[in-house]
Amino acid sequence: MVADEDKVFKALADASRRQLLDRLRRKNGQTLSELCEGHDMSRQAVTKHLNLLEEANLVATAKKGREKLHFLNPVPINEIYMRWIGKFEQGRIQALHNLKQALQEKDQ
Amino acid sequence: MTQAMTEFVYTTYINSTPQKVWDAITNPEFARQYWGHGNISSWKAGAKWEHVNDKTGNVMMTGEVLESHPPSRLVLSWVSPDKVADRSEHSRVTFEIELMDSLVRLNVIHDQLKAGSDMAKGISRGWPRVLSSMKTFLETGRPLDTWAGDSQSCASKEKAKEQAA
Repeated sequence: MVADEDKVFKALADASRRQLLDRLRRKNGQTLSELCEGHDMSRQAVTKHLNLLEEANLVATAKKGREKLHFLNPVPINEIYMRWIGKFEQGRIQALHNLKQALQEKDQ
Repeated sequence: MTQAMTEFVYTTYINSTPQKVWDAITNPEFARQYWGHGNISSWKAGAKWEHVNDKTGNVMMTGEVLESHPPSRLVLSWVSPDKVADRSEHSRVTFEIELMDSLVRLNVIHDQLKAGSDMAKGISRGWPRVLSSMKTFLETGRPLDTWAGDSQSCASKEKAKEQAA
């Protein structure tokens, strides 16, 4: 299971791959072509990043007819979260996060 | 105007057997330990199923068993009990359980959801928690401490919100 976690951290340690996950969070279930649109990366580079994300189980895929759709799969991130954040800390951490969001919005 | 729909696909790899994963979903004795809820049904195609809060006994979700092929595939309709009459509120959950080498791959596909709905938001917070808790439960025999005994599941929060409204 340690090996799996290494894959998750390695996959996340790249801005382009995090950006792909952000895009899937905004719109889930995209094709490779959709994910290439408006990206300054080559199709090959996007494919390579998606494969890495899939291997780390951060992206799940489903076939729709002839198309392969990509979905954000946050299950491994949840496992990491649960490992260091206990039941009683969740509420306080959420409150801190909300406070930070609210203060940052005010600054803008 | 057609309503925009959305779907989610969640995957987890569990060091277990397909039958144990099937039982973790369909046997309320197991589900309540890592989910805080039991899923109750005969699990025959056409039967009703209910997602029941272990503490309160309240039915949080319900629907029909659309397909049942133990231990590899289970398809359910999924709807809040107070919206059963409205067909447009029925979404669909597909569990695909597949043995890959020595691990079980569990895919949960939740589709036919209204985009931006409370249900879509609720389930997208809920499934990652449920699946990681199920994985820990099956691999270690212990649920994640963040889930067990947590009555504030997404479903119950949704319910509370509705009741307050």
